[in-house]
Amino acid sequence: MSPEINEAAIAAQLDKIPYAKFLGIRPLLMGNELTMVMPYADDIIGNPVLKALHGGAVSAFMEVTAIVQLSLENKSARFAKPVGVNIDYLRRGRPKDTYARAVIMRQGSRVSNVQVRAWQDSFDTPITVLHGHFMLTRDK
Amino acid sequence: MTDTQPKKKTKEERLTWLWELGPMMVGGTPHGIALGFRFVAIDIGSATIAMDYNPKLIGDTETRVMAGGAVTALLDQTSGLAAMSAFEQTVPVATLDLRIDYMRAAEPGKNIIAEARCYKTTRNVAFVRAIAHDGDPDNPVASSQAVFMTTGGGSRKPDLTPDALTADTKETGQ
Repeated sequence: MSPEINEAAIAAQLDKIPYAKFLGIRPLLMGNELTMVMPYADDIIGNPVLKALHGGAVSAFMEVTAIVQLSLENKSARFAKPVGVNIDYLRRGRPKDTYARAVIMRQGSRVSNVQVRAWQDSFDTPITVLHGHFMLTRDK
Repeated sequence: MTDTQPKKKTKEERLTWLWELGPMMVGGTPHGIALGFRFVAIDIGSATIAMDYNPKLIGDTETRVMAGGAVTALLDQTSGLAAMSAFEQTVPVATLDLRIDYMRAAEPGKNIIAEARCYKTTRNVAFVRAIAHDGDPDNPVASSQAVFMTTGGGSRKPDLTPDALTADTKETGQ
């Protein structure tokens, strides 16, 4: 189902997102399965007392994951834009690396529905999940 | 406040405290500092925070528009502060869920302002709506709806009364 994905293509897309660089996001590719990594950094902490990650940083990480996954699947040079997203915060993000993977639930001609899961210890214990709609922008 | 039953603060006392708390919360959040959040205003059950335009936070080099994720973080932080300000006793809150609608792209170069309003609290939960705009609140960039829960155990007396806010906010005393 998934198209051929290669690291060069992912790196090229991430290069176009300064914000992804700001968060230190990098890809981890296993076959055609893309997992994104947001390495721990002190400046993504939201609560210094609890050493909890900022919910906004985790959400932003998941949005980037969704957008890059969409651009790879659509072989589009332009990024899809989020229209509406829902985020559930299930567990506190601890000061360690966070992973995320996006699944495209439905690919329409203009809009895609995407689900993203972010985890730290194990895929089975997600810290945050996101689902939402993204508007595809066509290549000129 | 060493008493087990702290005296109910007057509205004026609460506002004085909130105007100390606001800058403290915004300035004490490492990720908020990294994104350049600036405390703007606070009231009982509402908060305003600004985020300056920053090329490092661009989501697409082609359009130079700030990343949706940066706006998400701003809305989350502002909504959380509004939730905290709604409880009489200052308690930390955690986001349970957040729904964001992105209405349009923010204009490159413009600062983004988030205004959040907690319209209902129960013992442990606060319901907050917010908008993000780049100058005109009637033409928002994004809007959000969030639910927060107090953390640290124990229940808190809800404190959003029609008196403290406007008529659309009523306390059920659950």
